[in-house]
Amino acid sequence: MTNFFNILFSTDFAFSVLRVMTPILFAALGALISNKAGIVNIGLEGTMLVSALTGVIVSAYTGSAWIGLLLAVLAGVMIAALLGFFTLKFKTHIILGGIAVNMFASGGTVFILYLVSGDKGASTSLKSMTLPSLHIPLLQDIPVLGPILSGHNVLTYVSLLCVAGLYYMLAKTPLGLQIRSVGENPQAAQSVGVRVNRIQFISLLISGFFAALGGAYMSMGYLSLFTRDMTAGRGWIGIAAEAVGRSTTIGTFLSSMLFGAADALANALQVLKIPAELVGTTPYVVTVIGLVVYAVTEVKMKKRKLAKTKASRS
Amino acid sequence: MFRASQFEKIRTVAVILISLLLTFLIIAIISKDPVGTIMIFLFEPINSVAHIGNVIEMSIPLMFTGLSVVLLFRTNLFNLGAEGLFYFSGIVASTIAIHATLSSWLHPGVAIFAGAVTGALLSAIPGYFKAKWNVNELVSSLMFNSILFGVGLYLLNYKLRDTQAFINASYKFQKTALLDNIIPGTRIHTGLILALLCIFAVHYYMYKTKWGYELRMTGSNRAFAEYSGINTTKVIITVHLIAGFLAGMGGSVEVLGMYSRFQWTSLPGYGMDGALVALLAKNNPLSVIGASLFLAYIRIGADLMARMSDVPSEMISIVQAVIILLISAEQFLKFWKTRMLLKEAGIRD
Repeated sequence: MTNFFNILFSTDFAFSVLRVMTPILFAALGALISNKAGIVNIGLEGTMLVSALTGVIVSAYTGSAWIGLLLAVLAGVMIAALLGFFTLKFKTHIILGGIAVNMFASGGTVFILYLVSGDKGASTSLKSMTLPSLHIPLLQDIPVLGPILSGHNVLTYVSLLCVAGLYYMLAKTPLGLQIRSVGENPQAAQSVGVRVNRIQFISLLISGFFAALGGAYMSMGYLSLFTRDMTAGRGWIGIAAEAVGRSTTIGTFLSSMLFGAADALANALQVLKIPAELVGTTPYVVTVIGLVVYAVTEVKMKKRKLAKTKASRS
Repeated sequence: MFRASQFEKIRTVAVILISLLLTFLIIAIISKDPVGTIMIFLFEPINSVAHIGNVIEMSIPLMFTGLSVVLLFRTNLFNLGAEGLFYFSGIVASTIAIHATLSSWLHPGVAIFAGAVTGALLSAIPGYFKAKWNVNELVSSLMFNSILFGVGLYLLNYKLRDTQAFINASYKFQKTALLDNIIPGTRIHTGLILALLCIFAVHYYMYKTKWGYELRMTGSNRAFAEYSGINTTKVIITVHLIAGFLAGMGGSVEVLGMYSRFQWTSLPGYGMDGALVALLAKNNPLSVIGASLFLAYIRIGADLMARMSDVPSEMISIVQAVIILLISAEQFLKFWKTRMLLKEAGIRD
């Protein structure tokens, strides 16, 4: 037990929280931007998988991790565009469209992996590249903070920058205002000349962009290869994190960190000799608890508001 | 010519044709012998009694999960929990099949019933969350899938596992627990009869009872149903119970009908396929039969193709995605319907 607490309060653990949080955070940001525009992208999980595979294959063939990343992002945005085309043009139900994307990704990535590498499980035969880790000069010398914050994969820092960027975009730019107005009330937005379909399409593309970064991180940072269904529900946990974060950028960031900590905790728990099968369920259990707590407080808040308006009327 | 009222049927056929064309296209790009491979994919499943048997065997679990998802989707609940329930109920049924000693009639009955009740109770948890506090059922049910899989795998590895077996599998089921074969030369088992009975029962429930009416009303507009005096909280929990019961029954039947040990070390995927069956069946219980058979047909076709040619069976998931996208696309071929309507009304465009 003491062994376990030693791990929990070590800088290594704090470091691993940030490491594990990154893909969840990217997915959560993708969920946030699409949800703000009133069109929830359920296909994040699948988009991440497709990008993870694209990154591995392209970087193996070109020998450059950066070209791999570029094409992984492109693939993610393309999937989002396809989803947008079907939902906005053909009026496919957005949730069913997302389910289709996930189904396509889960089998399609195995299919393509097999065609490229002759293996259905993992891309071990491909010599794929990984994105570099950054050691930040002054920061890494500070005790405690240094080992926690420095030395992460470049995409982990990108994810933090994305939080700031998304916050700025939603709060301060015309596009952000349009996205929020479309999400709040599409008819009202349309009546003042906002092109609803176009804004929703753009939001879907951005959410695909975030999911793609998360996917690329999985196969070119978190691990250095692609394995079958490697995202393991992180896209869904991201969607839950966005809900628990009450659709605010800061809230989403904090709840992603919470879920990341649960994930890291699951890794640390293995020291206690609890069976790996049970420990592996920790992030999902925490996610369900988070969702329920969020929903219960939401219902209570609504009731309180209702009571207040009634009281003020009488 | 076609009438506008049949438009939905025509569109479903069109979607299936498009997806088959896409299949051919993918095969043509990949295979060294495209024509031969397409022939295998299309005709091998009906080439012999054993292969036809394979198609029907595979359609049985799809009927159960498809029916389960039909109930949920019809109530406008996007719950994909059938996958985890199917798996976990299989574990429960296996435990009874291994450890209990009962007569040959009672044994599978008790095992299946236990699996189904487990499914119902586990399904009621996200159902209760949804009905009471409006917790997003899609995310919570998917999380439940992962949790149930983890717990189920733990039970398999630590409680049921036969260390003498060459593969990672449970102890052998007792002979009394296995379902009887009904057609010699195939592995079609009594589960088929049970599946068909369930389908008719759900059809009756949905269209001929007050509860079915409440279910459909809640599905089309929960707020309106609530205002007209329907207790939607109760409806949602009931639907989850029934859907979980069916998914659990499917898992138990599949395990006892097709295997002699429990040996799934990953989620078998029937729950997710249930969503596809429900879409193809347009959320109509009776259509589940045809939809399951169709899906089983292309699945077996793809499996045989993977075995006999150079195209892997995962190709089918691309085709499935296209089917979902097109079949739920309201605007797809809408122009055609409009034209038919105008023609019937005698207006020329």
